[in-house]
Amino acid sequence: MTHGVDPHTLTGAYATDALGDEERRTFEEHLTRCPSCLLEVRELTATAARLGLAAAASPRRTMKDEVLRRVTTVRQEPPFTESAGQARALRHRARHASRWALAACAAAATALGGTTVWQHQRADEARERARQTQERSEDLAGLMAAPDARTRTAKLAGGASATIVVSDSRNQAAFLAAGMAKPPRGKVYQLWFQDQGSMRSAGLLDPESTTTATLMKGPVGKATGMGMTVEPAGGSPEPTSPPVALLALPT
Amino acid sequence: MEAIAVLERYRVKEVVHIGSRAAAGPDLQELMARVARGDQRAFSYVYDVVAAPVLGVVRAVLRDHAQSEEVTQEVLVEVWRTAPRYREDRGTAMNWILTLAHRRAIDRVRSVEAASAREHKAALLAHTPAFDEVSEQVETRLEREQVRRCLRTLTEVQRQSVSLAYYRGLTYRQVAELLSLPLGTVKTRLRDGLIRLRDCLGVSA
Repeated sequence: MTHGVDPHTLTGAYATDALGDEERRTFEEHLTRCPSCLLEVRELTATAARLGLAAAASPRRTMKDEVLRRVTTVRQEPPFTESAGQARALRHRARHASRWALAACAAAATALGGTTVWQHQRADEARERARQTQERSEDLAGLMAAPDARTRTAKLAGGASATIVVSDSRNQAAFLAAGMAKPPRGKVYQLWFQDQGSMRSAGLLDPESTTTATLMKGPVGKATGMGMTVEPAGGSPEPTSPPVALLALPT
Repeated sequence: MEAIAVLERYRVKEVVHIGSRAAAGPDLQELMARVARGDQRAFSYVYDVVAAPVLGVVRAVLRDHAQSEEVTQEVLVEVWRTAPRYREDRGTAMNWILTLAHRRAIDRVRSVEAASAREHKAALLAHTPAFDEVSEQVETRLEREQVRRCLRTLTEVQRQSVSLAYYRGLTYRQVAELLSLPLGTVKTRLRDGLIRLRDCLGVSA
């Protein structure tokens, strides 16, 4: 932490954006483990915003038309469960996670910032979690139990945890996740296999469930990764939005 | 001192609709929910409420009018783009937007040049932004008076630290250098000062 000083005292500097980049990232890491800091940061950030409100100044009248015209060409991001501060921390992490990003989606993922995944290889834990998942089907159970099943676990933005399980002998993969944000109304999460830079649909997730254990549709084939996007209900033939999750298949 | 000086510069010249605490309440929240669903008309109402505060925040930091308008536009487009990610349980929409505005202004000012090179020490301590146009509405005036009153309850060092950091966009290290104070002192004064302001303004998270 900052020169061994109690990071708690940085709440004021953080709320006024008075930290350097490195310190801010370190402090944001600390925030994820310190609920009382988080509360204080929120209060002090709200206080700083009052300083901002008091400085209001009217823009030239033509600016409104310009802004309204610009937004007609700007696609909105899918909803996710993170604060701006966390998004910034995640964006930083995403840069360092680029080796996991699928080639086809790397640029989009970087632009997307906070929703790229970063990964931990904890195969045993993941396998155990997979075993405990109640929704699994026969096929899913068979896949999990396959002697050559490999897993990779990743944290999704917003704290959800996702695991991908692949078996070469069965040529199948499964996607498991817990604690995901529900997709917005009328939208659904769609899974994809990534083959040679293109995305191949691997089915939809139940929009009502935030926990899932889903056998991915279709063979793994030569896929080297998988992704998840938010799509209109019913799914899309190809991704229409940046991925909210990207994982290299476990090797 | 500094912040009060900044606020003293305002004059009544023009009546505009701008965000007030009242406007930052349920109306803006409801509008943001519609914007999050892609409602462009709702966004135009959001613009009416937040554009002036956003410009105010950005210009306090950047000073340069053309750059401030440019960053303000970028912030407003970003509000549109990221509205689906705004979460009400993390604070009001106005706070979210003004925090975003402040950060973007800071990003800009720090990317352009080191703040220490921007201005001489004396200028930073004495200079107030030359606001050539000023907006005013009853709620804004009340807000400004309340903030000004509360800033007066701070100690000199607290007030300077808070205003140099927030209104001038300096890092706390730069503030420490400027005021010839130890880093730890500035850090704690920033926090103490904001806590005192929070209590005076009756802010809750």
